Amino acid sequence: MRLDVDGVSVAIGSAAILDGADLCVEHGQFVALVGPNGCGKSTLLRTIYRALRPAAGTVFLDERDVWRMSARESARRTAVVAQEHHADFDFTVREVVLLGRIPHKRPFDRDCPADVRLTAWTLDRVGMTGFGDRAFATLSGGEKQRVLVARALAQESPLFLLDEPTNHLDIRYQIETMELIKGLKVTTLAALHDLNLAAQYCDRVHVMRAGRIVADGPPGDVLTSELIEAVFGVRAERMTNPATGRLHLAFSPAPAAVVVQEVVPRSRRPRRETM
Amino acid sequence: MSAPPRTHPRFQPKPAEPGRPELVRSRRLSGSAFAVLVAGLVLGVALSTVLAVSLGPVHVPFDVTAGIIAHHIAPDVTGPVGTPVQNQIVWDLRLPRAVLALLVGAGLALVGTVLQAVVRNPLADPYLLGVSGGAAFGAVAVLVLGSAAVGGLSLSAAAFAGGLVATTVVYLLAQRRGRVTPTRLILAGVAVAYLFQAGYSFLLITAPNPQGLQGVLFWLLGSLATVRWDGLAVPGAVLAVGSVLLLVEARPLNALLTGDDSAVSLGIDVQRLRIRLVMVTSLLTGVMVASSGAIAFVGLIVPHFVRLLVGAEHRRVLPAALLTGAVFLQLVDTLARTVRPPVELPLSIVTAAVGVPFFLWLLRRQDRTGEASAA
Repeated sequence: MRLDVDGVSVAIGSAAILDGADLCVEHGQFVALVGPNGCGKSTLLRTIYRALRPAAGTVFLDERDVWRMSARESARRTAVVAQEHHADFDFTVREVVLLGRIPHKRPFDRDCPADVRLTAWTLDRVGMTGFGDRAFATLSGGEKQRVLVARALAQESPLFLLDEPTNHLDIRYQIETMELIKGLKVTTLAALHDLNLAAQYCDRVHVMRAGRIVADGPPGDVLTSELIEAVFGVRAERMTNPATGRLHLAFSPAPAAVVVQEVVPRSRRPRRETM
Repeated sequence: MSAPPRTHPRFQPKPAEPGRPELVRSRRLSGSAFAVLVAGLVLGVALSTVLAVSLGPVHVPFDVTAGIIAHHIAPDVTGPVGTPVQNQIVWDLRLPRAVLALLVGAGLALVGTVLQAVVRNPLADPYLLGVSGGAAFGAVAVLVLGSAAVGGLSLSAAAFAGGLVATTVVYLLAQRRGRVTPTRLILAGVAVAYLFQAGYSFLLITAPNPQGLQGVLFWLLGSLATVRWDGLAVPGAVLAVGSVLLLVEARPLNALLTGDDSAVSLGIDVQRLRIRLVMVTSLLTGVMVASSGAIAFVGLIVPHFVRLLVGAEHRRVLPAALLTGAVFLQLVDTLARTVRPPVELPLSIVTAAVGVPFFLWLLRRQDRTGEASAA
């Protein structure tokens, strides 16, 4: 599954939330979307899974416009893991995972044995074997997140979109969740707050600012001190994490004199450009 | 100088615990237990109906009542039972009312369940969309001003029309460019309900014939008293069609409970679904209110009670709520007729007297177990 976002713009009132955002996720890649609060990361994800219709631009999944598909067709191609569910319902873990089968069901279809097997398999896959009868509301934050990943797996969609999947999780569950998702080897686009998680786990990173993608590439190339200072307004010291060998960033306040500079967006790439 | 860092002596780093699946299992019924529950509720519908029909000013014994009903339903299988008078009391006078109790109870419980999911608010009830206020306005207009003043409509037709007008206004206020959000729906419903309430209160206060007020009050609080067999066709047909239309949405309703964006990501066209559900539930509520007045609490309490037993999964909640609502209203109406004969209590008095203590118990129970409400 290949995702292409081509010049997508969204405005709420007169304020542009997305201003011609372009990005591309190749088959099998784990791509991070980073940027300061309010830069449009969640909005961009929502236009991809059809929660928000863009005012301009197109989202393509394997060269098909998602807004020309039905909601069902789109859900069979794209599964979403959002932040931990704020509302708790009296669903069991198994019932939550079975929600992922909805795009494959017609009215009056029953859960078939294949659905039950798939549910058990996805729970195994996320390390939640035997939790099927537990009440979802009683799980810890990390466990809930795992169940939502299992739900996305049960959806059998070739593209995963993650919206801040590690928010509100403590450090152990953050790493656990990222390890889990990385290990799934599914084409993934993840909006992340934590640049170090992005650097450690992602093949590529797209940096957003004010509704535009301002840089993209492998984390080691893109997350330079200059770019981070320009986009986030903090100083970043680059180093190597001795345990993982990956880029690690240490942050400190930007010197008071430095005014956050405007970053000029890259010129629009042609959509078919290979990377 | 700050103190040197130290680890609390009682802190022992320990390896990560594996999951403890045995600790907090859901209180949920298994599949076979759910089947038993449904069978029990079907039996409850039959037994409560026979009980309701056998009780009254003239007591007809339980077995005779059951025999008379069985003979009328299947005359080839069972022989005639009881005296002609008993037959007339059971079949012509009391059974239509009992059947209406089942239909209205089932309809209100079903609509309450669905609307609580549509607006993701546990306080939603069938009258959320202003139907009861509008219907009451229509009914009061007929009772106070006379049928001619509202274009010759009968009482229930005027009530239905009033409900329809109110729901349409609520819907138009709640939608913006075809999108209906839960908050706007609730706010519009509350506002319109107050408007129509003010309207019928004005009609009542300025009414030229105060002797009609008693009847109006009785109707506002709900009564099944006047129904005959031919009055059951419309509520029966609407409930049959409406419940099928709502039962097929069980899975989408599950998705809707998890939030609009989440439901979209599961392949649900949320806006269309919500509009469809608002239309079907308005029609159902309008018909129920037109045939029995505004019976409070059934559509609020029954869904919560049922979720306590079967969880939030709508493929279980919807059929269980339908049956539970039917049994509940049957028992409530029986109580309303028999508690202080010959006076019949309005149903909302009984549903409140039974329902509110239960509701408070439910709230306290949730506080104690620290669990969030299954909205």
